[in-house]
Amino acid sequence: MPLDCRISTGSTTPIYRQLIDQIRLVVLRGRLTPGDRLPSVRSLAQRLVINPNTVARAYGELARDGVIESQQGKGYFVATKRQVYTRAHRRRRLAPLLEALVSEAALLDFSADDVTAALQEKLREYGLEPS
Amino acid sequence: MDDFVIQTKGLSRCFGSRTVVSDLDLAVPRGCIFGFLGRNGSGKTTTIRMLLGLLEPTRGEARVLGEDSRALSETARSRIGYMAEGHPVYDWMRIGECGRFQAACFRSWNESIFRAVLEHFRLGPERRARELSRGERAGLCLALTLAPEPELLILDDPALGLDPVARRSLLEAMIAVTRGKDRTILFSSHLLGDVERVADWIAVLDRGVLRASCTLATFQRRISRFVLAWDGSPPPDTPTLPGLVHAFRDGRELQLTIANVDDRVRAAVGSLGASSVQEVPIGLEDAFIDYLGDRGEKNLLLPDPEATP
Repeated sequence: MPLDCRISTGSTTPIYRQLIDQIRLVVLRGRLTPGDRLPSVRSLAQRLVINPNTVARAYGELARDGVIESQQGKGYFVATKRQVYTRAHRRRRLAPLLEALVSEAALLDFSADDVTAALQEKLREYGLEPS
Repeated sequence: MDDFVIQTKGLSRCFGSRTVVSDLDLAVPRGCIFGFLGRNGSGKTTTIRMLLGLLEPTRGEARVLGEDSRALSETARSRIGYMAEGHPVYDWMRIGECGRFQAACFRSWNESIFRAVLEHFRLGPERRARELSRGERAGLCLALTLAPEPELLILDDPALGLDPVARRSLLEAMIAVTRGKDRTILFSSHLLGDVERVADWIAVLDRGVLRASCTLATFQRRISRFVLAWDGSPPPDTPTLPGLVHAFRDGRELQLTIANVDDRVRAAVGSLGASSVQEVPIGLEDAFIDYLGDRGEKNLLLPDPEATP
């Protein structure tokens, strides 16, 4: 299945970062599953009309995060999910986003219940149900 | 040095008493797409003309494909493709004739590339060059430049005056060309969206002086913006901070654009007495504009001279 990425220039998010975010989302939402092959660096670069090194950089970072893996000579594939980071590292990465969410919610006068409900709905979208 | 297809040392050019290019040390790595940026009149075209041996440097030298640009051999010239500013063509020829004429000037000529590019721009061989629109002329120029399969492509403002569709075709062609690992493209442009898409290296020229030369990723990573807010009014003087390239005051806010931010600089920003300090993302266009603004000494994104060979 084609990887449907949109690149916008003139954004404050660099192109390689846009790619990473979008591929992550596609994998997280299960539209690509472990073992699915990603387009080659060349062909994705050609299709999105961006520098191949930008694609290579995004793939490299996704591979480092364990989202995809390269198989020698065969290209990149969606990896079987495994956690490559420690819990502390993961907490550290989540903290500023949580901060942003809560401060924005407070600024906009949302109640704790509103925020919890919205969060749970979003979690369900990603297949994460509260136990 | 084989790793760089273009290397200049102290390259300078004066016209009368006016220095148009001043002491340029530029290195273009093999295999990259190199965006050559700067405002109008910053010396980009003059530099390009010196690289091609079309203009004598007043001082310094340029080596292109390993040879002195003032005495490029025929072999070296046949490995360089050049698209001049404004897409000049021989008005009186038909497109097919332009191709045959160009083919005679080069050692190799790939007719299928020539035809493919023409087709991409919907150009038939019988059309007269004089009757082409700006975008069509650009297509013809591109076909003429790409068909000899040059190792080094030098494109002087290739997107000038093109509509969005033609521009996209140009970028596609640039990506396709560098499919070969050893192909290098140097192009000048004002269209930062295009640069953001295709360039992996950039150089920024300002009034003839090189202000930055690094990968695009480095440029984007190393320029940061801070928004500081005060409860009362911000201090009247622009703070002295290492790497400050731009300061903008807006009511109780002060917006600072800073190159090469490290913990020391962050601490200095933090100690300016603002009630809130926020580091906000900055896009390439704003980074570029702030970097070329009128304030401050800006040689902050040049490679360390100790580190370059």
